[in-house]
Amino acid sequence: MTSAPPDLRVEGLLREFAPQVLGAMVRRFRDFAACEDAVQEALAAAAAQWPRDGIPAQPRGWLLQVAQRRMIDHVRSEIARRGREAAVAGETPVAVETPVAVVSALPGEPEIDPIDPDDTLVLLFMCCHPALSPASAIALTLRAVGGLTMAEIAKAFLVPASTMAQRISRAKQSIKASGVRFQMPDARERALRLSSVLHVLYLVFNEGYTTSAGPGLHRTDLSNEAIRLTRAVHRLLPGDGEVAGLLALMLLTDARRAARTGPGGELIPLDEQDRKRWDAQAIAEGVGLLSAALRRPQGAPVGEYQLQAAIAAVHGEAARVEDTDWPQILALYGGLLRLSDNPMVALNHAIATAMVHGPQAGLELLTPLDDDERLRGHHRLDAVRAHLLERAGNRQAAVALYRAAAEKTTSVPERNYLEMRAARLNAAP
Amino acid sequence: MKFMLILNTPRDGYAKYMSWPKEVLEANTAFMIEFSRKLSAAGELVSTEGLASPVQAKLVRAGRDGRPITDGVFPEAKEFLAGYWIVDVDGPERAYQLAAEASTAPGIGDEPLWIEVRRIMSGHRDLE
Repeated sequence: MTSAPPDLRVEGLLREFAPQVLGAMVRRFRDFAACEDAVQEALAAAAAQWPRDGIPAQPRGWLLQVAQRRMIDHVRSEIARRGREAAVAGETPVAVETPVAVVSALPGEPEIDPIDPDDTLVLLFMCCHPALSPASAIALTLRAVGGLTMAEIAKAFLVPASTMAQRISRAKQSIKASGVRFQMPDARERALRLSSVLHVLYLVFNEGYTTSAGPGLHRTDLSNEAIRLTRAVHRLLPGDGEVAGLLALMLLTDARRAARTGPGGELIPLDEQDRKRWDAQAIAEGVGLLSAALRRPQGAPVGEYQLQAAIAAVHGEAARVEDTDWPQILALYGGLLRLSDNPMVALNHAIATAMVHGPQAGLELLTPLDDDERLRGHHRLDAVRAHLLERAGNRQAAVALYRAAAEKTTSVPERNYLEMRAARLNAAP
Repeated sequence: MKFMLILNTPRDGYAKYMSWPKEVLEANTAFMIEFSRKLSAAGELVSTEGLASPVQAKLVRAGRDGRPITDGVFPEAKEFLAGYWIVDVDGPERAYQLAAEASTAPGIGDEPLWIEVRRIMSGHRDLE
């Protein structure tokens, strides 16, 4: 960390402190929306001053102090505004209630609260509350917990900063309206809420796991950010198998990033990737995390993230594509199918079946999926069927389905891949 | 996910629009401004533009020397793009809802306009 250039060091520190400072603020002042604004202002001030003047001796205390001053300014102007409104309306000015915390913080320097490591978790529970739409939860989590600026988040999602600002402000209003308190949910609710948190982090990771479609896009930052936040959750809940599973899944998937695209940005499917370009260190870390999670004796049932990570680990450990342990992958998809009726899992299960028992067996498993509403008009069913038909030697049907899939997908790299696949197969002697 | 809501106009659409009475034009403008404001406040607006009249439109392609050759206004076209909104919403239903709302912009005529809704391609990879 110390060897990093000063700006990057500052950025790292700010992202680390953002949830800690916000947690301390919300515990003191309660008003999440206003505290969040105050913390953002403090972060912006630090981003401007620290690279120039040096990092203060107590960076977290510095941020907390600035955020508190901003908060106090905010409360004062609120009080003045209410007073003015009352005067205009000709009302007797009511004694405006001043939050005790503000009064006690007014004179002198605010004392610095000890770090409560659970604050980050409580903030995540708030920002990923089921009352928010996934898009809002993602944006708010990146800002309030991840410490990203509005401009960075807007850029990552390719929308104007003003649009993202509105989205975040509405998310904060939803939190206010839902009456969620800044406190750890009770044990019963915790598991449920943790799964919303993990889902949001999973979505952030996926959002980042995209190709950069133009210059100046830094969408891979989102994957790194998701990994960083999931690491933080794993540190706070080291005994939770699904948290470890999600972190392992992210690391194992991210390990293939460099091998997933060719020089022209084109997609390279798993079976054609140059495995020497996989990140061996990330694979080792993912496998280690997963093994530790699965070894835990006091058996909570193995969850979806652990199973998905296990599948990624089996791929990751095959040095050559022909070394892939498909029976093992098939068994893991069988386990996933028992946990959820996600049709995408069923599609992957059919592929694994084809790898073990031949393409015909895989194709038979696809037939019932034709009636699945959730796959209607989805390109993946056509793409998988095309792939299995190609392997079965039914070239004409495969070409037609690759083209149908290409027409249905909304992803540019995927469309290019599917069209190329159809063209290649069509031209083959 | 992002969608483009497309407003097309028939060949004589712009000329007709110009001939609307003042109150109708004002109501239409107010509607469009308010619609964009609401989209923006909802955190759903990516961008919106209105296009100038096709009177000034040209068809262009490269000639043999690579320099542009222009042609006058498309002789065959029955419809022209008049404007669009790009929105970022949770799903297609919301895009349809917004398009339906846009279609009710006040003007002359009894029927709401038709708005074409198209999904915008993303850079996502969704393969493995």
